[in-house]
Amino acid sequence: MLHKSPHPDLHEPPLVQIRGLAAGYHGNRVIENVSLNIMRNDFAALLGPSGSGKTTVLRAIVGAADVYAGDVLFRGEPVRKSRPRIGYVPQLEAIDWNFPVTVEQVVLMGATRNAPLFPWFQRKDRLRAGQVLERLGLERLANRQIRELSGGQQQRVFLGRALVSEPEILLLDEPTAGVDIKTRDDVLHLLDELNHQGIAILMSTHEINAVASHLPRVICMNGRILADGTPRDVLTPDVLKATYGAEMPVTEYRGMTLVAETPHRFGAAAPNGGSSDNGHLHGDNGHVHEEVVADD
Amino acid sequence: MTEPFEFEFFVRGFIAATMVGGLAGMMGVYIVLRRMSYIGHGLSHAIFGGAVVSFIMSINFYVGASIWGFLSAVLIQWTSRRRSISSDAAIGIITTASFALGIALISRTQTFTRSFEAALFGNILGVTGADLVAIALVTGAVLIAVIVGYKYLLFATFDTEVAASYGVPVRWVDTAFALVLAGTVVVSMQVLGVTMIAAALVVPPIVARQFTGSFTKMMIFSPLIGASAGAIGIYVSWFIDVSSGASVVLVASAFFVISIVYASARDRLLAARGRAGSG
Repeated sequence: MLHKSPHPDLHEPPLVQIRGLAAGYHGNRVIENVSLNIMRNDFAALLGPSGSGKTTVLRAIVGAADVYAGDVLFRGEPVRKSRPRIGYVPQLEAIDWNFPVTVEQVVLMGATRNAPLFPWFQRKDRLRAGQVLERLGLERLANRQIRELSGGQQQRVFLGRALVSEPEILLLDEPTAGVDIKTRDDVLHLLDELNHQGIAILMSTHEINAVASHLPRVICMNGRILADGTPRDVLTPDVLKATYGAEMPVTEYRGMTLVAETPHRFGAAAPNGGSSDNGHLHGDNGHVHEEVVADD
Repeated sequence: MTEPFEFEFFVRGFIAATMVGGLAGMMGVYIVLRRMSYIGHGLSHAIFGGAVVSFIMSINFYVGASIWGFLSAVLIQWTSRRRSISSDAAIGIITTASFALGIALISRTQTFTRSFEAALFGNILGVTGADLVAIALVTGAVLIAVIVGYKYLLFATFDTEVAASYGVPVRWVDTAFALVLAGTVVVSMQVLGVTMIAAALVVPPIVARQFTGSFTKMMIFSPLIGASAGAIGIYVSWFIDVSSGASVVLVASAFFVISIVYASARDRLLAARGRAGSG
């Protein structure tokens, strides 16, 4: 666990305040009645199945989703008016990897709002981009085309673009999707470092166990917020069932919450008609189940 | 070899084709990278309708056609933002309707005397001093827009959905882009013709892309390739006696074939080196 416990309460207004939000796209409501506070020092993950509205929450904060009810405030001001410094990292699958831009050009895009009347990026922007590239271990790749990078490097490039904008909050849409375990761990540790330097972080993800073992705050949702708190408090079989619609046994191992990420109803026959204890995973489930029962 | 340059109309046509080729090549980079290659084809047809309306209403061609083209481009962008209508469908609907309106007006107006053949296929014989001034003004305006809006255009082209959250006024950028695109198509009509503009917009950046993976170099190579195709195309058209637009596009297409052959040979060579290195 990167944080042993959630950050202490700051006794200050939230950085981002979402109140009774209904949002979506072109008249289709994806989320309903979502209320959420993100504090200046938060490091939180949105968990939920595909289509549960995780991305819509992030996009609503940056003003890229249609808002039908409620509001999103940044330091008490509506986001559309306050022009907050938000570093948004979209899903990588949305990127055109054949676009002829270099790593440095992408990272510099984060500085676009600096000196808006100047056509080109200024020297200080380039210096800042250089520092960010160095910090992310990408300085040698600065002139490479983005298509030539590995998945982890590509993720860092877009994180770099967000960091160059000197954000108060980072919003990351599935930053660990499609990368190997080591890269995922590196990304989460990097985010933790940034969080400790004063940047609030809200990310969406499907990696339940990575979140459970690394993050101090988890928000489960499925069209609306179902639970919000520490992994230990939130990642319970009841909440996970409400979130994913499946039995997901939970256990603890060396102080970490672990979730058996199987869509099968635990203990029931497998969909192919096999018994519940055939296969490696089901064998593991048996162990988990004992722990869950003990937990109960 | 210098015989055509003894004629003033050819010199005007030569300068016009070179400038239009460069201009189309410059705008083409953004069009191709925005995956809107079809818009050049569609917008030129839409503007044809605007040209006919301008003629009937006795409005200056450049003013009327530019306003018509701008409104069409904005309408395409507005329509394609609706998730249920893709941008190619929006282009197809709006521009064909506009073209059809032009054709309908020509067929209904009994006293129609002006020939629109030049607008359809391009004709350097008709390039006037005023046309040259218009082309130069639009080229200058587009150059300034591309330089001043460099970082905004790049971000909005690369990652439209996210650009706004980083302070890029995406709607304004799109509107300005529609305006300069309409201007580009309008001033290109006399030289290239409605039917040939799309190739002049799309081919130079595609050729440039075969030689470089850098956006900045594409922005340099593509106008140069377009200007070269324009100059060579007009020069060749004198000797083979074909319409200027067709000649320019055929030269650009030859560049495309050469670039594809080059890129294929280079990729094979790199693959062979890779195999040799790993073997």
